[in-house]
Amino acid sequence: MALTDLVWTRPIPFVEAEPSILPLALERVSFAPAGLPLIDDLSLNLTAGSRTVVLGPNGAGKSLLLRLCHGLIVPTRGRVTWGGVGNGHPRHAMVFQRPVMLRRSVAANVEHALKLRGLPGRRERAAVALERTGLAPLARRPARLLSGGEQQRLALARAWALEPQVLFLDEPTASLDPAATQAVEAIIEVIASAGTKIVLTTHDLGQARRLADEVVFLHRGRLVEHAPAAGFFRRPASPEARAFLEGRLAW
Amino acid sequence: MVRRLLAVAVLTLALLAGRAQADERFIIVASTTSTEDSGLFKAILPAFTARTGIEVRVVARGTGQAIDLAKRGDADVLFVHHKPSEEAFVAEGYGVERRPVMYNDFVLVGPRNDPAGIHGLTDAAEALKKIAAAKAPFVSRGDDSGTHKAEAALWQAANVDPVGGWYRPTGSGMGPTLNTAAAMGAYTLADRGTWVSFANKRDLAVLVQGDRRLFNQYGVILANPARHPHVKAADGQAFIDWLVSPEGQRIIGAYGVHGAPLFFPNADQTGA
Amino acid sequence: MNDFGSAAVLAFNMVARVDPELTRIVLLSLRVSLSAVTLAALIGLPLGAAVATVRFPGRRAVVVLLNAFMGLPPVVVGLGLYLLLSRSGPLGALGLLFTPTAMVLAQAVLVLPVIAALARQTATDLLEEYDEHLRSLGATPLQTIAVLLWDGRFSLLTTVLAGFGRAAAEVGAVMIVGGNIDPVTRVMTTAIALETSRGNLPLALALGMVLIALCLAVNALAVVLRDAVRRSGH
Repeated sequence: MALTDLVWTRPIPFVEAEPSILPLALERVSFAPAGLPLIDDLSLNLTAGSRTVVLGPNGAGKSLLLRLCHGLIVPTRGRVTWGGVGNGHPRHAMVFQRPVMLRRSVAANVEHALKLRGLPGRRERAAVALERTGLAPLARRPARLLSGGEQQRLALARAWALEPQVLFLDEPTASLDPAATQAVEAIIEVIASAGTKIVLTTHDLGQARRLADEVVFLHRGRLVEHAPAAGFFRRPASPEARAFLEGRLAW
Repeated sequence: MVRRLLAVAVLTLALLAGRAQADERFIIVASTTSTEDSGLFKAILPAFTARTGIEVRVVARGTGQAIDLAKRGDADVLFVHHKPSEEAFVAEGYGVERRPVMYNDFVLVGPRNDPAGIHGLTDAAEALKKIAAAKAPFVSRGDDSGTHKAEAALWQAANVDPVGGWYRPTGSGMGPTLNTAAAMGAYTLADRGTWVSFANKRDLAVLVQGDRRLFNQYGVILANPARHPHVKAADGQAFIDWLVSPEGQRIIGAYGVHGAPLFFPNADQTGA
Repeated sequence: MNDFGSAAVLAFNMVARVDPELTRIVLLSLRVSLSAVTLAALIGLPLGAAVATVRFPGRRAVVVLLNAFMGLPPVVVGLGLYLLLSRSGPLGALGLLFTPTAMVLAQAVLVLPVIAALARQTATDLLEEYDEHLRSLGATPLQTIAVLLWDGRFSLLTTVLAGFGRAAAEVGAVMIVGGNIDPVTRVMTTAIALETSRGNLPLALALGMVLIALCLAVNALAVVLRDAVRRSGH
């Protein structure tokens, strides 16, 4: 995969020094539709710079946590606040496990996202984003005819083109083969090294080890651990995390 | 997206406006299904339009509906066949003046095997009595048309109240009623104009005709512009004048199907 | 069977010699129904997508109403519109009664619920897939409606064709507000009704065959266009 070389050699334009929207603070957040607490009294502080990987067994609330942070769902109790400037919304983006491909060309998918965010220079920005993700040769192809890996790369290009300060990724490689996974991880590395805060959920421990600077470990809707990655993987503090890392915690 | 929508909107307007821009001179005539279905208008109107440049747009309904249409102001001229209703129309101030135009007659038609045995009778009321007595199927217009009113008058003359499964009102025009009668092998009362030009007779034949009470007079009335100011009085009057003129009368008399005349002009017959 | 045979021969002959009266009637039918469908689509497609997108009180009632009105009886629409357009009615001064415009309005009223209800279903299905993506990007309701209409264009074309079918096949409403005036407001369906009432059943049937062929042609054309666009990849 020459993709890594490609993305590294491209200059990264449009990056301007601007005040950060971070930190992101969740204060005693609960999400309990129909009274069932899926996220339970969760407090968390996410700061700039590091790559955060959210871990936990199925049903722990990883995806919900991301959606709460991104503002797609509203907490039943508690507050989600962006500590920096503004309310932050236009400056963070999200990539979903199953990318939503609009029924139009690859380039048009990126341009449409830029249009919705009201960003200027759509054509140029889209072209750059596609080039950085190795999709430039496919720019005029219908997005829905791409392979799964290509679709997820397009979702990344689309999010990247928005120049977010924070990028949420919800199991971005869950349904991809190893090669496609590697390509997606390479792009995530580049986005992170360009200064974007990464918050990613995964159930792939290998991926977590490769990408994480810090780990947020959830269990049954509660925050169990929030620790630097190296320490977490070497010596998890909680029995749940220990059981999870040893493959003994199914849910 | 917006440009696309705009283009479609413009296209629609163009389509809608397609006809409206041609400036046209026309009148609307509320008339009966019998004149339309018999093909009379198609035969006579080109001559009038050629002479005057006035297009005649015929809306064919039963006499009752046609009168209602004219009362609401939706027609310039009323051309129907039920003298009492026409006179009431004028008396109530909806029409200017009634002029007789032409006549033909009603015929009692029925299946050739004639289960009620009415063939050859010259007394239409007597024939209806026999049909009722035999409970032979009879299809009625039942639509408040001139023919329906004539039929009702005949039942009254026969002193029969037509009720029961054998009596079937269709609530539709002459043609559909004849189609029904043909399909059922039933009796019905039809105007001769529609009957002669009707193409789906199957087993139906004229069984009773010639009774004076089967006389069918057509009259024409200009809608009253004093009541409905938008009525095209001059052009409407021109049409009426032409219908009763020697030329109009000649053309009406000349129209026939299979060589048989369908209408007999009688505009000169005052009191008709 | 004989009836159908002679009707088919008659239909073929009329079409083959380009019967001027038939041509006029066919063109008027197309003009009226295509105008009505265009009008109904311009209102119905955004309306359907809006009902799918925007939450407002009474939304469920609107959905039920749209679905129920898909089966609006043409005669009732014709009668209602007649009372509105009659010289004695509130819109009488426009002088639209017994004109093609009145027929366009009648068919548009009939077709609008069909297009809006089917468009709403298409938009709802599509929105289920797109919702998080669009909200993540902060799409306004108007932007959401635009995306749903554009991305649903192939399904919506079928919707519009269904509307055209209903418009072209309709007789009750156009008979009342058009008046079946030869040649001003006589369309295929009213001509068929007239020939039936004159007992010219083979001719009526032949006209019916031409009408069906016409609807087939319009549908085939739309499908060919759609596939051409699809093959080009979008």
